[in-house]
Amino acid sequence: MNIVMTQTDWFSLFTHFAALSLLGIGGAITTAPDMHRYLVSDQHWLSDPQFTSSIALAQAAPGPNVLFVALMGWNVGLNAGGGLGAGPTAWSLALLGMVVAMTGIMLPSSILTYTATRWAHRNRELRAVRAFKTGMAPIVIALLVATGWLLTSAKNDPVHDWPLWGLTAAATLLVWRTKIHLLWLIGAGAVLGALGLV
Amino acid sequence: MPAELPDPTDLVPNQPHSKTDLFVSFTLLALQGFGGVLAVVQREMVEKKRWMTREQFIEEWAVAQIMPGPNVVNLSMMIGGRYFGLAGAMAALAGILTVPLVIVLVLAVLYGGVADTATAQGALRGMGAVAAGLITATGLKLISALGKNVMGLPVCMALVALTFVAIALLRWPLAWVLLGIGGAGCVWAWIKLGADGGPRAKVSP
Repeated sequence: MNIVMTQTDWFSLFTHFAALSLLGIGGAITTAPDMHRYLVSDQHWLSDPQFTSSIALAQAAPGPNVLFVALMGWNVGLNAGGGLGAGPTAWSLALLGMVVAMTGIMLPSSILTYTATRWAHRNRELRAVRAFKTGMAPIVIALLVATGWLLTSAKNDPVHDWPLWGLTAAATLLVWRTKIHLLWLIGAGAVLGALGLV
Repeated sequence: MPAELPDPTDLVPNQPHSKTDLFVSFTLLALQGFGGVLAVVQREMVEKKRWMTREQFIEEWAVAQIMPGPNVVNLSMMIGGRYFGLAGAMAALAGILTVPLVIVLVLAVLYGGVADTATAQGALRGMGAVAAGLITATGLKLISALGKNVMGLPVCMALVALTFVAIALLRWPLAWVLLGIGGAGCVWAWIKLGADGGPRAKVSP
């Protein structure tokens, strides 16, 4: 798809992501529904498949999931430059889009987090700071287990998905009880999946 | 901003040597993190590099979780900032983002070729199932650290169970759970810590 991005548009993209940055408690992925509304439905800067594949690719790749935002910015730039085949102009616009989106989503939350955590560290003897950290510890642990559960239960067809559940259970036990390198497990999962066994 | 010296009373066996160490460590860490970096962070920071104890990891993770922004990125900045100030935070942040960003862009460019094949989709499916297991196991491992929590193990386990039910089974919004159950935990911890700051056994940086 082809679009036109003015300087005002780039600025709007930046400010929108900067606002979402401060709302993304629990990770930027929690603001993805609003990004979809803005980029796809309202502004028509991204197509629906571009939006979905940005998220899927970032989750499949190594590194933090927030990189899906970089891919969205990249795709907006590509659309503005006439697509990947349009040559260096399109690539530089894509890079611009990536920088604008990533700076927007990272800058405000990073400044806030850095400042707040430095304060908390300097005041780590304060009863309030200690109460916060101690009181939140069980909740944080439960969130991890719950995330694993949610990822597994999204695949909810027992006849078709039981090998997948078995794989998840095996991975859980191996990581919990052994010191096996995590990459071996990920690799085994990829091979089993590629062969169609899970 | 000068780097703060780590609290000498802490029993952390190790710490990053330099900003380069931070950058390289977090780059390697990020590159192992398929489907999220969290399981890798716990293993690398606590079990291998020993930059934090298990208890410290949970406490720092609680803070990283409640601040806006990607929690693994938040955690890397907190660790970097602790030892080398703002420059350390930037080094850790650059480490966790730069190389993965290049990789994800290359993947995006190659995407059209393979993403529709059954093999690629199957591999993604298998990797996703393993990633779910890694995250669950990380949570299970950390439960043993709750033994040192001032609230006591029974209360901690009750809070774990409540939170799991609320998020995994009832699908309540995260903000409610953090405010409600998390808030109750903080108030209880505040009471147990006592007005004079409570037992001084365990204070983490």
